Amino acid sequence: MIDFQYARASDVADAVRQIAADPAAKFIAGGTNLIDLMKEDVERPSRLIDISRLPLRSVEETASGGLWIGALVPNSDLAYHPLIAQRYPMLASAILAGASAQLRNMASTGGNLLQRTRCYYFYDVATPCNKRQPGSGCSAIAGLNRMHAILGTSEACIATHPSDMCVALAALDATVHVTGAAGARTIALADFHRLPENTPQRETNLETNEIVTAVELPARGFAANYTYLKIRDRLSYAFALVSVAAALELEGDTIKEARLALGGVAHKPWRDWSAEAALCGQNIGGSAFAHAADVVLRDAKGSGHNTFKIDLARRAIVRALTQAAAGTPQSQSSKKIA
Amino acid sequence: MTRAGTSQRSSSTVRVPEKIPVSLTINGFETQLRVAPWTSLLDALRDHLGLTGTKKGCDHGQCGACTVLVDGRRINSCLTLAVMKDGAKVTTIEGLATDGTLHALQQAFIDHDAFQCGYCTPGQICSAAGLIAEGKAKSIDEIRELMSGNICRCGAYPNIVLAIQQAMGQP
Repeated sequence: MIDFQYARASDVADAVRQIAADPAAKFIAGGTNLIDLMKEDVERPSRLIDISRLPLRSVEETASGGLWIGALVPNSDLAYHPLIAQRYPMLASAILAGASAQLRNMASTGGNLLQRTRCYYFYDVATPCNKRQPGSGCSAIAGLNRMHAILGTSEACIATHPSDMCVALAALDATVHVTGAAGARTIALADFHRLPENTPQRETNLETNEIVTAVELPARGFAANYTYLKIRDRLSYAFALVSVAAALELEGDTIKEARLALGGVAHKPWRDWSAEAALCGQNIGGSAFAHAADVVLRDAKGSGHNTFKIDLARRAIVRALTQAAAGTPQSQSSKKIA
Repeated sequence: MTRAGTSQRSSSTVRVPEKIPVSLTINGFETQLRVAPWTSLLDALRDHLGLTGTKKGCDHGQCGACTVLVDGRRINSCLTLAVMKDGAKVTTIEGLATDGTLHALQQAFIDHDAFQCGYCTPGQICSAAGLIAEGKAKSIDEIRELMSGNICRCGAYPNIVLAIQQAMGQP
């Protein structure tokens, strides 16, 4: 870790002022990803601006029947919050599928959005990586790429976004509230993260001098028919090979509305609106679910070690939609896949 | 070996990092220390305060050996900067026993032989103390899942789960 300065922000405006004054500074909240990356010399901030004491820790109901989640609400508090557990159980399930109890106690809502890929080559400063050092090349495309993306990749980068929470947030139509020198604005969660294209170093549409202040959920939580199915190399405490957030609104056996987003397959939480549209009006069952999977994976492309993910994703989508339709969401403690 | 770094470090061009005062209540005792900004809570405990019960395993938040309780919640002390915890209450493995009586978890780990080499044990016990305080784990499956942030390379997991069940008052 390199030497750096440490400062605390007294309020959101002060945080924005401090970050604008030093382009090499970074905010720190939970620190679970940033401190690790600093130990690896991947992140080398000149200054850490500690925002962990800012008053962004509340979960409140909004006038429109949704929820306002402060950016510093710890992942564990959010997962176990009674309103989340009751009205947005898919989000609770996704959060509890990620990391460990200790890390969830530390990690913040805003930080979860901003965590960086766990691509081995991004972490290994001895190897080329376009995300870490733009223009140096991608070591993963022809390297060990078992964990890597199959959708939305580019010649420059095949890294995945590692979050589980964000996959559920994408499916639930969440909105991110941010504040910068020019004032506050909102970004749809589905537009918050970017595809790699030629600028894999730029992972989100957050500007460098902006701070995430909250995540907002709309009223609809799909609490009756949902699942978060995460497939990984270990039964716990591992990043997803493929994960699926699936939610349905049913009328009898007919699908009135569907939400479908995948994790572990792309540079961002991968929500597919065309697959959702294909499910609408269909009867629940294997053929509709398999067709939706085909739609999601129509442009999927493997890089060798990760090519198995295409078939894994297809099966996981069908299984997740089956769980959601049956109202039997995947348990995150019993590992038996329902 | 002549080390270029040594002479460089003593030259006046290298900035000496400013140490920052930090106040922590550790195992009930108020403690003042001065640390460089990059000092992790783990290194502050072990290297500055001599509390070596908390172990450094991976130093990257992957093994759980460094688990301590901060303001009653279990965290990985290796991924926490000491300066960020100014004013916090920290409980380490050294602070669990009271008046010479082992904490129920410590006794249960002995009763169930819930370790072999013992390196992960302080983290396992502090993590289990956090788990019991959280009150979310009821079944064996839930204990296993919510203890998954603590790796035991000797593989004492079945006995660790039994020990935690005993401390929880489960049969």
